[in-house]
Amino acid sequence: MTRWSSLSRPLALAALAAVPLAVLGVFFVLPVLGMISEGFWSGGAFDPGAVLEVLGRPRVHRVVWFTVWSALAGTAFSLLLGIPAAHLLHRRSFPGRRLLRAALLVPFVLPTVVVGVAFRELIGEAGPLGFLGLDGSAGAIVAGLVFFNVAVVIRAVGAAWESLDPRPAEAAAALGAGPAHVLRTVTLPMLRPAIVSAASVVFLFCATAFGVVLTLGGLRYSSVETEIYLLTTNLLDLQAAAALSIVQLLAITALLFVTSRLRAVPDPSLARSTARPPRVSRGDWPGVLATALVVVLVGLPIAALVAGSLQVGDGYGLANYRALTTEGSRNALLVPATQALLTSLRTAVDATWMALSLGLLVAVVVTRRSRTRSERRARGVLDGLFMLPLGVSAVTLGFGFLITLDRPPVDFRDSLLLVPIAQALVALPLVVRTLAPVLGGVDDRQRQAAASLGAGPLRTFLTVDLPVVWKPLLAAAGFAFAVSLGEFGATSFLAREDHPTLPIVIFHLIGHPGAMNYGMALAASVLLAATTAAVLLLVERLRVPSVGSF
Amino acid sequence: MLTLSGVSVEYDGAPAVVDASLAVEDGHVLAVLGPSGSGKSTLLRAIAGLEPTAAGSISWDGHDLAGVPTHKRGFALMFQDGQLFGHLTVARNVGYALRLRRTPGAAARVRELLALVGLEGYDDRLPATLSGGERQRVALARSLAVQPRLLLLDEPLSALDAGLRERLALDLRVILRAAGTTALMVTHDQDEAFTVADRLAVMRAGRVVQQGEIAEVWRAPADPETALFLGYARVLEGPPAGVVLRAAGLPGAPAVAVRRSALVVAPTGPLAGTVVSGRITPEQIRLVVDVDGVGEIDAVARLDSRPGAGDRVALAVDASRLAVTPAGR
Repeated sequence: MTRWSSLSRPLALAALAAVPLAVLGVFFVLPVLGMISEGFWSGGAFDPGAVLEVLGRPRVHRVVWFTVWSALAGTAFSLLLGIPAAHLLHRRSFPGRRLLRAALLVPFVLPTVVVGVAFRELIGEAGPLGFLGLDGSAGAIVAGLVFFNVAVVIRAVGAAWESLDPRPAEAAAALGAGPAHVLRTVTLPMLRPAIVSAASVVFLFCATAFGVVLTLGGLRYSSVETEIYLLTTNLLDLQAAAALSIVQLLAITALLFVTSRLRAVPDPSLARSTARPPRVSRGDWPGVLATALVVVLVGLPIAALVAGSLQVGDGYGLANYRALTTEGSRNALLVPATQALLTSLRTAVDATWMALSLGLLVAVVVTRRSRTRSERRARGVLDGLFMLPLGVSAVTLGFGFLITLDRPPVDFRDSLLLVPIAQALVALPLVVRTLAPVLGGVDDRQRQAAASLGAGPLRTFLTVDLPVVWKPLLAAAGFAFAVSLGEFGATSFLAREDHPTLPIVIFHLIGHPGAMNYGMALAASVLLAATTAAVLLLVERLRVPSVGSF
Repeated sequence: MLTLSGVSVEYDGAPAVVDASLAVEDGHVLAVLGPSGSGKSTLLRAIAGLEPTAAGSISWDGHDLAGVPTHKRGFALMFQDGQLFGHLTVARNVGYALRLRRTPGAAARVRELLALVGLEGYDDRLPATLSGGERQRVALARSLAVQPRLLLLDEPLSALDAGLRERLALDLRVILRAAGTTALMVTHDQDEAFTVADRLAVMRAGRVVQQGEIAEVWRAPADPETALFLGYARVLEGPPAGVVLRAAGLPGAPAVAVRRSALVVAPTGPLAGTVVSGRITPEQIRLVVDVDGVGEIDAVARLDSRPGAGDRVALAVDASRLAVTPAGR
């Protein structure tokens, strides 16, 4: 009889995990394995030498080197700007603080293609900063990476800073330490987990950035991610693409493993410091300076984008926006851009419910209290497994879909669900990371109290978990929606030509000659950016502390 | 009636409760007393169905409860910090189990319960606006709402400050008696156990070392460690035990547990000793005295006496404050 109760828990765990595991198996593990085998088997024979041959190419060395150093530079500058800005935005009070915080979060979910277009508009030959000669330079790519990721640093470090117990710092000050000394000896060491985890996540994002590098790098600069894309779509060298994917997969899985070790999950149920933040004073100049720089970095490209979209010939007007209902000049597109926006929205709705239902199941499974060490280990493995899509580049995923899901028993080649499924997998880690800390912060005795009063498992979930998780759930929905709207890497492989999403259309338009097409690309970018920004500002209003924390 | 026979609970193979056998009769309150880490909370969780047992059986009125999930056992569980549902008002917290069972007349029952715990008019307050003591009262009312077969109390008062704890312990006793509730309370505080319960089980290192009527356990602790845990100041063994027992007019025994106030400074007392140190408390003067033939031992004196270190004093022994115990190992 006692066996029953000790077996039922692992069984219940397995049952809950079964659906997400099956989805992950078919739509993630299978494509990735397919991609790996593509590298090791050529012409039906096992041939690992081909992988080594690809890795010996000088161009591959250049690509890998560029990926590593641009990601390092992007991470360093993001931290340099993000940490002082986090202090100002989360520990000082000034009018408009909330608005500024929300605005600086927007770049994080801005579609990469849009950002690429905005930067080109700003620093291109005809742009306001064209005289700097940054167009197509490595500096522009690094600036683009920082544009995206400074929001991650501000968010992660700022949230940790906000909830930091101020008393150790006060104790140090009372012992005679000056502000700089307090920062160095007390505050930064306490923030180190948050900073390290933000840095590793930012490095990850920089190293797998796709849209920015593709649109800004041109032909001179290529990262591993864009190289996989070029090898697959332009050069049709699938084996080389697979070899690079394998390298990337290994490197990023290793990095993810290290990250998960370093990640300190703060307990959201801990009492947060409630002291009112002081007003901005003269000593806050580093924060003010960094915030100003971030505002310029984020604001300028967007302003240039909006201005460019309104430019018609020598004057200004809405002609570019009106053109969105057409197929562009010289029939650049198969469907009007407005049609693509509808496809994007429809796809995003599908991707959102998929990511949410999977993410909620995963978050519940990985946060339930473990009774035994082996159970705890099983939950840990599951947690890591569902973070993997974060580490496998979207391009690899799209490529894997392409080569594995096109034959029975899993023939999805023509299915319109392929794109939302891929996007849901890309958004899944974000959803899990938003929900898991909240569910993990619930005192398990609350659930036990409900059970002892006669509530079954479902009723317990409704009473105890739902009240704390509904807001994060909405926030995660917004996030998944925004990610799906802007997703480019996987979608560029999978979207059918007659059903493109808006980012695909934008990429097509900038590749086609003609002033009108370029103007249309700018207008479509503004439209897409405005849609994602609106979604994100709604999310921000929910004030969920763990949004975007990894 | 709750019956535990030979229950063992393990965490990852490490035993937390070993071979525990207990019984709680209907309408009785059993206190399980033990230091922290003695396995008493684990035992409570096993009874609630929150931990699987490795051996033995837990049964209610003869029906084995193995395989019955927590929410079907009909045992209410009350935690140290209440664990109220923070988003529900006091009335909705209290009426939670009533709503689950769709009990008619729930509103009246909630008012009745709030009156029982002395919180009339608190219906619409949120838990966050209550004091610690009020929260525990609400938690108690919530647990009692559907008249559980058994109420399990996990250190119900230890999160409160001393004065409040004493008052609430008395209230708890009155409320449990008034409701006729069968209850099992886990605590590390002897005063709390003494106030609330009528039977006592003492746990140490995962084992139930003694159980019985509360006064009985107090009068005859099973071994020296139990005596010390129950608040006896020292356990004397061998010749010193004989000296003290003779002075109290009792037959000799190998060991005797002595409360702090067992030896009283009295001019006609049969024992004599030298005062080592003294400390004034609001009630009496607490002394450490080097008693001839016994060694250093605690004693008390009236507030109006002034024994100083080095003074010779005579001491009487209060036999009701001694407990004969088996000798230690």
